[in-house]
Amino acid sequence: MTPAAPMLATRALTAHYGDFQALWGIDFEIAAGEVVAIIGANGAGKSTFLRALTGLNRAAPEMVRFEDAPIGGAAPHRVVRMGIAMVPEGRRLFPSLSVEENLLLGGEVGRDGPWNLEAVYALFPVLRERRRQPATTLSGGQQQIVAIGRALMGNPRLLLCDELSLGLAPVVVQEIYATMPRILSSGCAVVIVEQDIGQALRVADRVYCFQEGRVSLSGRPGDLTREHVKQAYFGI
Amino acid sequence: MQWLDAILQGILLGGLYSLFATGLSLAFGVMRFANIAHGDLIVLAAYLGLVVTSSLGLHPLTAALLIVPLMGVLGYVAQRGLFDRVVGGDVVSMLLLTFGLSVVLQNGLQGLFSADGRRLQTGDLVTASVPLPGDMAIGVFPLLVLALAVGAIVLLEWVFARTSTGRAFRATSDDREVAQLMGLDIRHVYGIAMAVSFALCGLAGILLGIGTTFDPSMGPTRLLFAFESVIIGGLGSLWGTLAGGMILGVAQTIGFRISPGWGLLAGHLAFLVVLAVRPQGLFPRTRDR
Amino acid sequence: MASIPVAPLPAAPGAGFHVVRTTRTSRVTFAVTVALVALMASMPWWADPSTTSLVIEFMYYLAIAQMWNLLAGYGGMVSIGQQAYIGIGAYVLVWVALQTGMHPLLSIPLAALVSALVAWPVSKLLFRLPGAYFSVGAWVVAEVFRLLFANYTPLGGGTGTSITASLAEMDEWWREAALLWCALALAVASMLGVYLLLRSRTGLALTAIRDSETASESMGVRVPRVKLLVYVAAAAGAGMTGALIYLTKLRVSPDAAFSVEWSALAIFIVVIGGIGTIEGPIVGAIVYFLLRWALADYGTAYMVALGLLAMGIMLFARRGVWGWVHARTGLELFPLRRRLVLEPAQGGKAKWRPLPSSAQDTKTP
Repeated sequence: MTPAAPMLATRALTAHYGDFQALWGIDFEIAAGEVVAIIGANGAGKSTFLRALTGLNRAAPEMVRFEDAPIGGAAPHRVVRMGIAMVPEGRRLFPSLSVEENLLLGGEVGRDGPWNLEAVYALFPVLRERRRQPATTLSGGQQQIVAIGRALMGNPRLLLCDELSLGLAPVVVQEIYATMPRILSSGCAVVIVEQDIGQALRVADRVYCFQEGRVSLSGRPGDLTREHVKQAYFGI
Repeated sequence: MQWLDAILQGILLGGLYSLFATGLSLAFGVMRFANIAHGDLIVLAAYLGLVVTSSLGLHPLTAALLIVPLMGVLGYVAQRGLFDRVVGGDVVSMLLLTFGLSVVLQNGLQGLFSADGRRLQTGDLVTASVPLPGDMAIGVFPLLVLALAVGAIVLLEWVFARTSTGRAFRATSDDREVAQLMGLDIRHVYGIAMAVSFALCGLAGILLGIGTTFDPSMGPTRLLFAFESVIIGGLGSLWGTLAGGMILGVAQTIGFRISPGWGLLAGHLAFLVVLAVRPQGLFPRTRDR
Repeated sequence: MASIPVAPLPAAPGAGFHVVRTTRTSRVTFAVTVALVALMASMPWWADPSTTSLVIEFMYYLAIAQMWNLLAGYGGMVSIGQQAYIGIGAYVLVWVALQTGMHPLLSIPLAALVSALVAWPVSKLLFRLPGAYFSVGAWVVAEVFRLLFANYTPLGGGTGTSITASLAEMDEWWREAALLWCALALAVASMLGVYLLLRSRTGLALTAIRDSETASESMGVRVPRVKLLVYVAAAAGAGMTGALIYLTKLRVSPDAAFSVEWSALAIFIVVIGGIGTIEGPIVGAIVYFLLRWALADYGTAYMVALGLLAMGIMLFARRGVWGWVHARTGLELFPLRRRLVLEPAQGGKAKWRPLPSSAQDTKTP
């Protein structure tokens, strides 16, 4: 396990959609500067987990602790102010806003830190040229980096990335993940939820595998075999 | 000439109608909130104007400087205290809650002020006119109303496009969930939007009270005019609502010239025709999704 | 809520199961209803005219409410414009009474036909409007009819007209009795109609549409067709009721016949009683009449109280009075769900298990 105290930890986290229970007691940790990947099949509960972290899904206060304070069930806008930001699955940029306006909105939360409009444009120069365009007129890959930039504008301590590679060409995905070190160097920790297992294992310091709402496997990529992962992924 | 005059009057009337409609359009645009009590709020503002002008001896337009912000505050409180429970929920609850409110407002006002018609006195303002060639004239007051309507739209468009509040409105309207993930307190954003909507009702109410004799039962028809203006103009476009209001106004005034009983009917028929022929309205806001 | 366990079928030969709809409560209710209706139908022989009038009024309020409930509670179409058809029904009566030689009572079925015919093209227009705007659009349509009839003098114009003359030949007693029986028939038919519709395949489709239009469409439910059917049925019902109402009032004017007050009435009764349930409008009508009787002297305060009550229910008790009762006790007078009854292999009492929540559960908003 990690030597430093975890930045974020969940204990026996459960989550429901109405009568349907999606998560059955997730124990999870991430420390500052780490990249932790969550893999699992569709419906395994990965996105639900991120939603519970950000407050979009109700959780009991003690189930989620961030920087040593219970935040389970806190309203999403408060969670963001505390320093957890999300890059949502499917980008979900605001169609009525331009690229720059989307970024500015990300900065609404008003936290101090290295990320601002200039810094984001420096990281992703292609956005500067397209700053006034309506955000959803960009290509899929460009929209993804707008979404990342938007989340960074909140100067988060913890960045949650939900399915960055979804619907994007491999080459584009590589480029996006290539920027990960720059993001980490600013002091963030990053959780990535990924369908692309290879990509996840390449990038992550540690990995969790979810299966039907439970953690079926966790460890360092180097310590896990393909067989291990396959079994945990499919639950066989 | 008679027809030209009617058209002119109708266009000016459109200014008032668009003021009725802008608040409705805003609430629906940001929150998908259809407020059946909208017209009654306008009438409420007229009565508030009555109270303020008679107790403080102010000119109605000066009173407006008090009423408009007061309505704004009322709107914020109403949203967070009352409407919040039904926003984002199902249509039925929202409609029935505001319908109930409409009944309460109409009957409450009637109980307090009786059904007699009232007017906010402004002396010469409503009779003053500017002569035009061809033996026609434009009333100064209707011109003022149109100017205020246009001004309100210009201001709102500026807020939407250039301020962080406007961005918040647009973002919340696009995707309420992700807006929360960006740190926006949705309840507060909705509160502000409703405050603006109520404030516009405040302005519209004062102007209504100056220009016409008003009574507690007038609310529903104002709602219908506002609603028709929005639909004729096209959902999502404030300038479209102005155009819609003008078309409605012109239809009504022309209808009225043909025969007094046909005024309102012509307006409603114009609305139905637009609905039949171009249901998205004349100037709908299209958007990339 | 865990899924309801369904007992496994007994393995012994000869054992089986059957599906029933009725429960003991519903059978009792049915018997009581039949008795009550028979009692009320006999009123011309023993009751005094003012009581009979009250019963007639109750029945037509109930009919209006059931129709509105069908449209809004089950069909998901909240209309503030059903008064269009009440008015059309009233004017069918006026036309029959003033311009034809037919017996005025015939205007009732005729009103259903005319209303249905009008409702069809109107729905084509109104269905273009999304959810909330449909409601106000329906109101505009009602206003158009009001203004049209106000401008059409052959049927009375703006000041209205009286149809008393056409009923002059009818014996007083027979007239009151006929109106009472029509009112009873209308109320019973409206409830029966709604009940049977909901138990049918169309009813299943309706509930599915209410839950999710898109999902229903993808499953092959012809959404526009079902909505049209419901809208037209509700219009026909409202039309018949309109004709009946003005047969009792005898004086028709556009402002009264097309008044939004009819919608307000329907809304209050249904909301207070319990939207989306068949029992709700009955409870709501009772509450409404009690309130009216208790607060009759208080004018506007009474309407304010009604409005506040409706708002309160929407905020705190969305299911209305009946919905609250149903939630507490599971009581259902007019059951729509099917139940599985297991028969044991040899003798013994049949036990039943409810099927897991079927789509026919009336899901109140």
